[in-house]
Amino acid sequence: MNYITELHRRFESEGVPFVYVSPSASILALDGVSASVLDHFTDGADLEEWVTGHDGDEEFKEQYEVFEGLVHQGLLKPEGELGPVAEALPPMPYPLTTLVLNVTNKCNLACTYCYEFGEDKLADALRKNGDARRSRMSAETARQSIDFLFENSTGRDQVNLTFFGGETLLNFETIRDAVLYAKERAAECGKRMGFALTTNATLLTDEIIEFLVEHRFGVNISIDGGGEEQDRHRTFKSGKGTYEEIAPRIQRLIAANSGVGQPIGARVTLTEGAASVRDTYQHLVGELGFDQVGFAPVTSAPGRDYALASASMDALLDDFRVLTEDYVEAALENKRHGFSNIEDLLRELHQGVNKAHPCGAGLGLLGVSTEGDLGLCHRFVESGEHEVGDVESGIDQEKRQQFLIDGHISNKAECQTCFARPHCSGGCYHEAQVRYGDASHPNVHHCDWVRAWTDLGLEAYGKIAVGNPAFLDRLDGDPGAPAGAVMEVEV
Amino acid sequence: MKHLKAINRKARWIEERSGHGDSSAKAMADIPFGCSTQLDPGWEVDSGGGTYGLCTPVERDLYDCYHSCYWPAQVPDALTNFPEWTSTCGAPVHDWSKIDLVFP
Repeated sequence: MNYITELHRRFESEGVPFVYVSPSASILALDGVSASVLDHFTDGADLEEWVTGHDGDEEFKEQYEVFEGLVHQGLLKPEGELGPVAEALPPMPYPLTTLVLNVTNKCNLACTYCYEFGEDKLADALRKNGDARRSRMSAETARQSIDFLFENSTGRDQVNLTFFGGETLLNFETIRDAVLYAKERAAECGKRMGFALTTNATLLTDEIIEFLVEHRFGVNISIDGGGEEQDRHRTFKSGKGTYEEIAPRIQRLIAANSGVGQPIGARVTLTEGAASVRDTYQHLVGELGFDQVGFAPVTSAPGRDYALASASMDALLDDFRVLTEDYVEAALENKRHGFSNIEDLLRELHQGVNKAHPCGAGLGLLGVSTEGDLGLCHRFVESGEHEVGDVESGIDQEKRQQFLIDGHISNKAECQTCFARPHCSGGCYHEAQVRYGDASHPNVHHCDWVRAWTDLGLEAYGKIAVGNPAFLDRLDGDPGAPAGAVMEVEV
Repeated sequence: MKHLKAINRKARWIEERSGHGDSSAKAMADIPFGCSTQLDPGWEVDSGGGTYGLCTPVERDLYDCYHSCYWPAQVPDALTNFPEWTSTCGAPVHDWSKIDLVFP
């Protein structure tokens, strides 16, 4: 019988050969013997022919053990045999873990849609039942949403509320009420509660800071870098830059949160002509004191004037490579580094995450509009096509299930031959919806970049596995444990 | 195993089970909890299913991108070239699909 390799990626770090096995997301270290066995079967080879004539051969016995190991790891299989198939869907209805509450559609910065599409315009947009949309979520709707979350999270030890906007802190009253109510309900139900919020930091006051720290919020701040970077695009309606306003507020939050709360993260949007990623990172961590920094690179349709040239994406990969090297250097010395893009990737590689769906939208997570309508995620809230019920009457299970069937990796033909599939799974639904008019379409415009980024992650993973394997345990974490909690390393 | 070493958690998990005659312990897809990791397009929950590792606030960034080139993703710019691009769209997320293509 012929045996042949499944989809995989071989790579080398510090002179050690590794292989990443796509069907299982396993990472294996090879040596000369195992590498030669893998070489032998890579294009398909007959097993009996390979075995013949080796009776009593001790050296060959070791090779055969390697063969068996590779079969168990899903790397070798009989030619023609179909690979193991993922369950189509988990048992439905799948219990929720997280609701994203859109507490307001308004924003106080001029760089958002609200500058032109403010309250009046929003009021013109109608819900399915003909009601006008609201710009703020009422405390009552938030409480209803929380009740809905507890009713639909059977079996979950912890549930999470994420507050989203607009600028979330424009509706701090509802946030405060929701947090206190959720904690009350959590105590009754015997569950743990997690809270998170994203803000532009312009409205952070000492009172709000105290509240966020007390309730252990995961806080993410949208900031593009130092003064020049930040003020280039993120301004008040007057046109005045925001950096001077937010920097001291951020520093007060970080100081109050230090040693008490969850890591404070910065989220940077990279635009054409932005400063180098490393300079921005160093400013945000070194000057402002952020624990983590995540970068969201710009992507665009090809050939457009406004498109980020592929050279810029290449340059971005180079920048990410430099920061990744810094991360690895720190990891080898058991030190913490806050480049969250690579840490997220390494955590997924280490855990062997292998996704049937690219994200939790519609599975464990739903978004809630200011009026209580349910969307697949925060990005689909208020999109009628993707609405899946409301917090009052419940989830439209049929629609939810169809979305999950359509978005399943097995329905994405382009992904079937890609080694990066386990942790990419086709990419963001919303981006696909905008780009292709179909949420279940794989984001094929990202493929080359994603594969190069995955290669970079594998190489970094290998370096740490060789140089300081104990560090990898810190990427373990218990399933469901806070991601931030697994990084208790020296600063 | 002497010549083949399981490095990550998944590989170790499979190896442990294969040693006990459980041949089903290979190559299954998991259920994801978090957001797609690539390019940080969203941030709803982290890979552990919690909200602590979140980054990236992005909702309706279409208009962010359009008005100020804050994130000039897949959209034209309002500042110089396409000031009328969204004139058919009253509310951002609700009816963004009414916005048409442009041809520079």
